[in-house]
Amino acid sequence: MTDVAPRPGALADPVPEGPPSSQMRDIWHQFRKHRGALFGGGFLIFITLFVLVGPYVWPFDPQQLDIRNKDLRPIYVALWDGDAKVAWIHPFGTDNLGRDIMANMISGGRASMAVGWTAMLLSLIIGTAIGVISGYFKSLDGLLMRFTDLVLSLPILPLLLVAVTLFRQPLRANFGPETGMFILIVTVIGLTSWMNTARIVRGEILALKEREFVLAARSIGTKPFTIIRRHLLPNVVSPIMVSATLGLATAIITESALSFLGVGFPSDFPTWGKILSDSVPRMAEFPERVMLPGLAISLTVLSVNYLGDGLRDALDPRIRGR
Amino acid sequence: MFTYTLRRLAISVPTLILISLVIFLLLELAPGDPMAQVPLTVPPEVKERMREALGLGEPMHIRYFKWLQQFFVIEPLHLIDHWFGTTFAEGSQRVISWQTRSPVMDIVVQRMPQTLWVVGMSYVVGILIALPIGIYSAYKQYSVFDQAGTLVSMIGFSVPPFFSGVLVIVIFSVNLGWFPSIYDTTHVVNDWDSFKIQLQQMVLPVMVLALQTTAQISRFMRASMLDNLGQDYVRTARAKGLKEGAVVMVHVLRNSMIPVVTVIALGIPAIFGGAIITEQVFKVNGIGQLLITALFANDLPMVQTLTFIFAILIVVFNLIADVLYGILDPRIRYD
Repeated sequence: MTDVAPRPGALADPVPEGPPSSQMRDIWHQFRKHRGALFGGGFLIFITLFVLVGPYVWPFDPQQLDIRNKDLRPIYVALWDGDAKVAWIHPFGTDNLGRDIMANMISGGRASMAVGWTAMLLSLIIGTAIGVISGYFKSLDGLLMRFTDLVLSLPILPLLLVAVTLFRQPLRANFGPETGMFILIVTVIGLTSWMNTARIVRGEILALKEREFVLAARSIGTKPFTIIRRHLLPNVVSPIMVSATLGLATAIITESALSFLGVGFPSDFPTWGKILSDSVPRMAEFPERVMLPGLAISLTVLSVNYLGDGLRDALDPRIRGR
Repeated sequence: MFTYTLRRLAISVPTLILISLVIFLLLELAPGDPMAQVPLTVPPEVKERMREALGLGEPMHIRYFKWLQQFFVIEPLHLIDHWFGTTFAEGSQRVISWQTRSPVMDIVVQRMPQTLWVVGMSYVVGILIALPIGIYSAYKQYSVFDQAGTLVSMIGFSVPPFFSGVLVIVIFSVNLGWFPSIYDTTHVVNDWDSFKIQLQQMVLPVMVLALQTTAQISRFMRASMLDNLGQDYVRTARAKGLKEGAVVMVHVLRNSMIPVVTVIALGIPAIFGGAIITEQVFKVNGIGQLLITALFANDLPMVQTLTFIFAILIVVFNLIADVLYGILDPRIRYD
């Protein structure tokens, strides 16, 4: 029989009150504190659902002409202007050909968001690949970074304009007007916006490469690509996510700018930028046709920017503790 | 410092040459044919002669070097001739626009003042607004003013100029009727009244461009002030009894301006690019609008030259920013 000696007070570990909080929960806690980011994330989900589910809920086809009901004002104009031409059948009004404005907003949003997401993914893939390769393989670093500097000092908007105008015809002939334009715009935006991601990823990889776990992995004979896939890439996910939000915002704005300048999609294929630029000549009579797409672009970009801001705070462990 | 500047200069020369090659190849490999608009009834041999008249007969590399020579040797010589009345460039072939058959550079020189007036003025106004906002919101961090400033600059980042421009036109020129919606470049300022009209027509484009500048620079100013306000030398300055105004406006501000000055220099070429859209919205006939009309008219020499001018602006201001940083902050002069 052995007596269990009472432990000295200093050594008596208190039992943990609950399971340790997981990293994802910490991140969520920090993220929830950033009210702008919560709002931004919420609005982004809302607008995505709006463009995805919208066509099934809203009864009109964006291309359908309703000649008897053209140039209708939105229904709320009747609140202050009793003479305004409104009709309950088109609550947000119709354009000069009688196409329903809300239906156009939905399908325009689909195009804008699709361009934004695809271009952002393309630029992320290019940027991450170049960043990882130049961070990990020293022999390629100098060359790739000089190349990045070179692309950074290209005048992007003029080159985008030039590329889109010059390559428009053959792509439209090969893939049809809409798909051809989509491929062209996504490619040019993706090819011209990967530089910041590449720089950030390279910096992170350079620091991570010297850490002990990478040394350990290398000492047991792990191949470079396995090290990158298993050990390095999961550690650079957070800066990549932050630059993804920035990339989405830039891609949406760039696509709208191209459409606004008249080199974007054909005019029977609405995007938010296209609807805006088509409505500018008659904006004095129909301000809502400018406001709706403009607000949609601005709010989407604003919410994406706030989301990125919140993600940056939430994913940074130095800020998260406070 | 001198070797540092020289080294940066030496790097920017190959960069410029590579950029010119990229621009040239992009235009060259594009599938469009400048003769596409010529009627089919024109016989092929005449077409060939027309092609040669446009300078398209030579092989690609010869045209590239000719263009470089025209751009870097002949056009500057013409400028010298123009200034001093000399005849260095007599009889040499300049870059000719396909639209107007006149030298590209002459048109650029005609269009440049409009862009410089609107863009330059908006940049100055934007900086003048941004600096005090940045300083004050860093000094009163997390105050109501700071939160409002963050919101406004987020909006400035997010609202694209083609929307904010149209918005201010709807509000201030359609509904209120305060300012004209179109910038009249033929307007001559010769007395007080015409000066007032000039000011009025500049308000809207300057406001739109300045919103973006302000958003960016006030954020940078704030971040840079915050970095410096926590430093030890600030505590020392306060401890030796300096007035709060002197601490913030002299000690902290001077050190915080170092990165901000380079950001200001780096932003100048970007604002020229952004002005393409603003010029389109307010119908300013500056170089951005020139680029767009040249693109639609398939005027390749003009497009080539303008794009390259934009590239030169970027490279030059990158150089200026780097050298300024070296002058202001001796720590980064690693020579």
